[in-house]
Amino acid sequence: MNRHWSGFNIVSVVVGFAFLYIPIILLIIYSFNASRLVTVWAGFSTQWYGEMLRNQALLDAAWVTLRVALVSATAATLLGTLAAVVLVRITRFRGRLLFSGMVFAPLVMPEVITGLSLLLLFIAMNLDRTIFTVMLAHTTFSMCFVAVVVQSRLVTFDRSLEEAAQDLGCTPLKAFLTVTLPVIAPAVIAGWMLAFTLSLDDLVIASFTSGSGATTLPMRIYSQVRLGVTPEINAVCTVLIALVTTAVIIASVINKRSMVQRERAEQLARAG
Amino acid sequence: MGAAARRWLLIAIPYLWLLIFFLVPFFLVFKISFSQTNIAIPPYLPVFEWTDGFAVWMEKLRQLSLDNYLWLTQDPLYFNAYLSSLKIAFISTVLALAIGYPLAYGMARAPAHWRPLLVMLVILPFWTSFLIRVYAWIGILRREGLLNQFLQWLGVIDQPLTIINTDIAVYIGIVYSYLPFMVLPLYAALERMDESLIEAAQDLGCTRLAAFWKITFPLSLPGIVAGCMLVFIPAVGEFVIPDLLGGSDTLMIGRTLWVEFFSNRDWPVASAVATLLLLILVVPIVIFQYYQARTREADTR
Repeated sequence: MNRHWSGFNIVSVVVGFAFLYIPIILLIIYSFNASRLVTVWAGFSTQWYGEMLRNQALLDAAWVTLRVALVSATAATLLGTLAAVVLVRITRFRGRLLFSGMVFAPLVMPEVITGLSLLLLFIAMNLDRTIFTVMLAHTTFSMCFVAVVVQSRLVTFDRSLEEAAQDLGCTPLKAFLTVTLPVIAPAVIAGWMLAFTLSLDDLVIASFTSGSGATTLPMRIYSQVRLGVTPEINAVCTVLIALVTTAVIIASVINKRSMVQRERAEQLARAG
Repeated sequence: MGAAARRWLLIAIPYLWLLIFFLVPFFLVFKISFSQTNIAIPPYLPVFEWTDGFAVWMEKLRQLSLDNYLWLTQDPLYFNAYLSSLKIAFISTVLALAIGYPLAYGMARAPAHWRPLLVMLVILPFWTSFLIRVYAWIGILRREGLLNQFLQWLGVIDQPLTIINTDIAVYIGIVYSYLPFMVLPLYAALERMDESLIEAAQDLGCTRLAAFWKITFPLSLPGIVAGCMLVFIPAVGEFVIPDLLGGSDTLMIGRTLWVEFFSNRDWPVASAVATLLLLILVVPIVIFQYYQARTREADTR
């Protein structure tokens, strides 16, 4: 195929990526600024990272956020994978249209609506707003993202492999767990990570659904940002960016390695 | 457990979860938008009890009022907020398309071994916090911010420009935050396009530009629609970006809802605002789902 990568193409890619990355890079650079004024460079310093570690309210919020993200990402991965299996495998049942609508609508729903509606639900259910209600809320919207990611992988999965396993005596559940799941695992892991970062990131829905004892990190950052830009927040943001970037890179390396291994195993199987 | 029971259970778990935590809440919003302020203010109990008989339900239905919706029509603030949200979302979507299309096109034309890396680079900002990315722009766009310093250093301007707290800052914020949503569907559409079609058109005498308009552009239309909807719909209800980058004059309905809820504590009016916003978004969401379903069909075929 003769794909032509012209100068125009290269320029538009470079400009596009510059736009995407320059703000993040500047933020990271200025987190090492010695000056309290965010925009004046006064030499390299790591003092804001020290300040950050001494800020108990910030650390508490980070701990709340981490717990919420771990629980809701795990629950969302289980529910979202089930939803994806239903969407791909069970093509006909009563209410399927409503089901697929409910899976896709949260992806585009404005967060203020989701947040408000969940809050009203929790009040109607007489649930006190705590860290638990935030977990429920995050599970709900992130399971839909997991479902979409897993679905796209499951569509390409050759179902006859699973059927062969069942012919050889596997129960359907065992066939799914031992044959299908390892193949779709990269998508499931990607779904979990996506759910995790969505939960780490969420300000609006958490604000509606959390009570007084459960301030999440984005809520804390938001209230501090509204008072003015501080280099301490730059430091917090840099740490978050570093964590997420590392996680994404590790995941993609694992993913690539498992793909290579699978190819090798397949080649061996064919040779043998 | 029989196959039918297993199947039923498999469907029931995610189905019930979404019914309870996604669909039912909308009915609650809808219901509360019709309540009077004095019965809906916290601590408030549901106006409707599931155990109530039909007669009680009817009695309560009679208590429902349209006051909140009348209130919305009486204060021009709300109408202007809806209108201005639509305008801001529309302009941002057009700008995102103008930047995203060449980017996606360039990516799709890149050497094959580069493409996974480029896609990864588009997705990566999406993994990093939305709030952080919006916050990063505050340091850039402020009067004494980096952009003004840079422009003054270049000698383009003498006086710093006021960008932050204007609608322009909101456009920048939305385009920046939602650009990956625009680029990914466009890239998916452009990448799988058969290049030989373009070559055939050029062989038949089309100029490169004409070939683009007659072939590439129409074939990428599903990607354009998906990308535009993914930017437009959430942008209409956006709260964080207008709140942090926009000024007090920037009216957006998501922010109005937030203020109505958290500052004025008027839940019925907030619910009415949300209900109307949802009604406005129904058409774009249906278009989005229609194209999603069509692309999925095309993929499985």
